[in-house]
Amino acid sequence: MSHVLAVLEQRVGALRKVSFEAITGARRLADAMGGEVHALVIGAGPVTGTDGAGRFGADKVITATGAGFARYAPEGCATVVAERARSGGYGAVVIAATATGKDLAPRVAAKLGVSLAGDVTDLAVDGGAVVATRPVYAGKALLALKVTGSPAVVSLRPNVFTPVERPRPGTAETVAVDTPAGRITVREIKAAPAGALDVAEAPIVVSGGRGLKEPANFTLLEDLAQAFGGRAAVGASRAVVDAGWRGHGEQVGQTGKTVSPTLYVAVGISGAIQHLAGMRTSKVIVAINKDKDAPIFKVADYGIVGDLFEIVPRLTEEVRKLRG
Amino acid sequence: MKIAVCIKRVPDSETRVKIAADGLSLDEAGVKFILNPYDEFAVEEALRRKEQAGTGEVMVLSLGPAAAQETIRTALAMGADRGVLLQADRVPADGLAVARALAAELKDGGFDLILCGKIAIDDSNHQVGPMVAELLGLPCVTAVSKLEIAGSTATAEREVEGGVEVVEFPLPAVITADKGLNEPRLPALKGIMAAKKKPLDVKPFQGAAAGIDVLKMTLPPERQAGKIVGEGAAAVPELVRLLREEAKVL
Repeated sequence: MSHVLAVLEQRVGALRKVSFEAITGARRLADAMGGEVHALVIGAGPVTGTDGAGRFGADKVITATGAGFARYAPEGCATVVAERARSGGYGAVVIAATATGKDLAPRVAAKLGVSLAGDVTDLAVDGGAVVATRPVYAGKALLALKVTGSPAVVSLRPNVFTPVERPRPGTAETVAVDTPAGRITVREIKAAPAGALDVAEAPIVVSGGRGLKEPANFTLLEDLAQAFGGRAAVGASRAVVDAGWRGHGEQVGQTGKTVSPTLYVAVGISGAIQHLAGMRTSKVIVAINKDKDAPIFKVADYGIVGDLFEIVPRLTEEVRKLRG
Repeated sequence: MKIAVCIKRVPDSETRVKIAADGLSLDEAGVKFILNPYDEFAVEEALRRKEQAGTGEVMVLSLGPAAAQETIRTALAMGADRGVLLQADRVPADGLAVARALAAELKDGGFDLILCGKIAIDDSNHQVGPMVAELLGLPCVTAVSKLEIAGSTATAEREVEGGVEVVEFPLPAVITADKGLNEPRLPALKGIMAAKKKPLDVKPFQGAAAGIDVLKMTLPPERQAGKIVGEGAAAVPELVRLLREEAKVL
């Protein structure tokens, strides 16, 4: 019997929804290991939303508070997680592979002297060991791994482990920590509007390619994303990022981000192999392209052939109507 | 300024993946290999830092098969001074095993800066850089898209959810490079010729037992091509209906 530690993520004192995915993954492992899920969140004070953690399967919710932890502090947070993982004798540590989680997980694993299975899309326990499946070559192949170290540290690809209601006590516990934040100090945060979603985490991604003809036309996609009401992010193909039309943070594909949203809308993207690799695990793919032979239609669930400059505004209008 | 860059030989991003007969790895027949694109940003940044300092050395380190010597030569042709290859028939799937070997090689090198790509586009492990830093006790800033150095203090920009974080940290440190950090130079003919004469040490990879066993590599299920809902804006209402009623995503 082993307990599992789920590491939660907060932003400005509020629990991020992706944390419930970590709890759901941890619950799956804990059930197989016959143990409890202990959820750990690190902040400068109380974190709102942690009372929801029990609903998704956390037996215990530990809030570690320290002066330097209002926002993510890479070194300090890794120390707090590793110390808790060590002292609690956990069989596994589960972290969401968000931008923050991707930074945190390897530090924690290295501190514990164990291996990390990162950005996994499936988890199981076989003969007491964690078996993880993770996409490689940006999703062109899947690798099944047995993690032999203990604890097994795994990070979960966002949007894959859909939170499942599994009510547990979620007993709240607060621990004050005096761990220093570390040697890396944040000087400034630029352009982070509240609620902005990373393309790798958004449940809906609206991506554009060269078919948009010029950078200014991306407003069409921004309008569509907005119509989805804060659940969508704008993505971009490599061609338009290389051309400087969009920031590299939005690039979807093998040399950008690999995404698994519920809905992926590809607009004016022909579908180069490296782009398809980055989005093929999306649940539903919609393609809008003027070329009916574009490779993107071979992976799309639904396609519309035609002029995107007519189709996209109409789609925005219909989505707005739907949401009333 | 003494700088080390950790680089990897990876299949080109246009590679069509076929599984090898062992069921565990990529069939490399006909595959074109390149310097990992994120490592290219790291090499370029190292060269610019050295040029800015006016003095120093850029060493490139790689763990890989004998053929990774070509990858190291590419970095030498760009302008790096010397290379070290930790030769292994196969790069371990376990990032910690890789990080331990690299850290052991870097430990006594007296580097002011260690650069890595933020991710290798083959195994997408996203972990070797921060693990190397942890093993060496150095600060690490990941996914850096802008770097400034003044004396022994560095300032970096890195992408976080929906924004950019500006962080400050002391050197020596480990940085992992993101796209946007710079525009890597192409090796010039002169550089390619000079690279042939630059020192390249080959040492055997001394790997300890890894904490990850590869069970199998498989191809993901093929996506079935769906349906063309229609042509032009007139097809939009039907698309929305399908997304709502059939796919149930709206």
